[in-house]
Amino acid sequence: MIRMQIVFDHVNYIYSGGTSHERHALKDINLSIDKGEFIGLIGHTGSGKSTLVQHMNGLVKATSGHIYFNGEDIYGRDYSLKKLRSKVGLVFQYPEHQLFETTVFKDVIFGPNNLGLDKLEAELRAYNALKVVGIGEDLLDASPFELSGGQKRRVAIAGVLAMHPEVLILDEPTAGLDPKGRDDILEQIDKLHKVSGITIILVTHSMEDIANYADKLLVMNHGELVMNQPTKEVFSRYKELEQMDLAAPQVTYLMNILKEKGIDVETDVTTVAEARDEIIKGLKR
Amino acid sequence: MIRDITIGQYYPTESILHRLDPRVKLVGTLLFIVSLFLFRSFFGYIAVTIFLFTVIKLSKVPFRFIIRGLKAILILLLFTVFFNLFLTPGDPIFELGFIKISEEGLRSAGFMAIRLTYLIIGSSLMTFTTTPNQLTDGLEKLLRPLGRIKVPVHEIAMMMSIALRFIPILLEETDKIMKAQMARGADFESGGLIKKAKSLIPLLVPLFVSAFRRANDLAMAMEARCYRGGDGRTKMKPLKYKGVDFFGYGTLVLYLVAVIASRMVENIIM
Repeated sequence: MIRMQIVFDHVNYIYSGGTSHERHALKDINLSIDKGEFIGLIGHTGSGKSTLVQHMNGLVKATSGHIYFNGEDIYGRDYSLKKLRSKVGLVFQYPEHQLFETTVFKDVIFGPNNLGLDKLEAELRAYNALKVVGIGEDLLDASPFELSGGQKRRVAIAGVLAMHPEVLILDEPTAGLDPKGRDDILEQIDKLHKVSGITIILVTHSMEDIANYADKLLVMNHGELVMNQPTKEVFSRYKELEQMDLAAPQVTYLMNILKEKGIDVETDVTTVAEARDEIIKGLKR
Repeated sequence: MIRDITIGQYYPTESILHRLDPRVKLVGTLLFIVSLFLFRSFFGYIAVTIFLFTVIKLSKVPFRFIIRGLKAILILLLFTVFFNLFLTPGDPIFELGFIKISEEGLRSAGFMAIRLTYLIIGSSLMTFTTTPNQLTDGLEKLLRPLGRIKVPVHEIAMMMSIALRFIPILLEETDKIMKAQMARGADFESGGLIKKAKSLIPLLVPLFVSAFRRANDLAMAMEARCYRGGDGRTKMKPLKYKGVDFFGYGTLVLYLVAVIASRMVENIIM
């Protein structure tokens, strides 16, 4: 079985080439993502995060370079982009803005129907996807426009999940949600990753969120991929992150300050739970 | 894909045409469009072409960029040429079964094609070189006299500027929703006419919803800043004619004289 699921080979992308609006959005990106990883993608606004993930399911075509999915070149002549899009699910920013159907169920089944599945299979997938994101049966026939913000977003995510992707990319899935809505969605994504083993790529501005869930981080800066390392290693380079208008989680700073003040603690801590254990340990030493 | 539509876009660069008062450009565009329908033969055609290409040169907008805007009216253009070519009665110069092309048809098809092309180029030159805000400012000032006969000039100008301001936003939104639906396997390209029209529903419904949401937000934001119509409203950058603007008006008058003269020459010769 192929381990490397998505591979970028010298990928460049230039916006509106040849006009005065020309912009080099992606510069020589090389990376590989393994099956079953939980990847965090961070970078300041306009660093090319969204452009990068839109390359992964072929919505944007690279100006130069190659992208491989499960070993196949997605720009190959016989390669079906439609099939790729069913394998690589992409949840856009504010996905609730794409809802259009008269009922929640009809909206979620839109994707499976586009795949040409038979009716029963499509309905089953839509039903299960809604269950996964925690939308109850009482809401199946409600209009998606009547739901609350958090519910709408979960319906939109279900719309992508119902296509049974092997890779799920989420572009800031928690933007504009209240703390409970945020935690619910992240928990459901994490559960999905652990239970069905699909690859997750999470684009976010919240360092706390990403510290809690991601094993590995990709850091974008001005169209370049500047870091591609395990989460803890990336956050230990927080001085460099700050220069890119990013930061480490609050607790990492706390641990550094504690260490300066003479309490013997490890500083490569990224989550609150880890910090609590480490501080207790440090105080006992 | 959707970014290819260049009609109505502003092209930011530094040129004499960009610096011109929007009122001059509005009046100029109007005169240019009228002049297009004044000429009937070769002389007028030359005068109009020289004028248009000088203006394009002065505007510093790349020619390729201008041509790209024409793509949008290609179908309309082909239709016009087709109907003029085959359906104008007159001396036949080409006949094949029921297909007849007359000399008059050829002439009017040619002129119509040129007129439409120039019309689009001329009016898009105005939007390429004028920001929407300047444009509506100019329009408001030009139409102010109509306010005396109870025409709501300020409201019309405000609606126009809001509409223009929303074009790029809605285009971007369309692009985003299209991509989001394509990520769910939607197909906007293949299929017959009915299937294609149906495939637009997942695009149009969210687009309308978002347009209403944005309109609501905008209305709220305007009220929050005490907007209450045009009475007593002052401008941060009031429009004032400068030397170059009078020069612009002068050129326009000269151009108009040239076109009218060429028409009179035609009348004398023919």
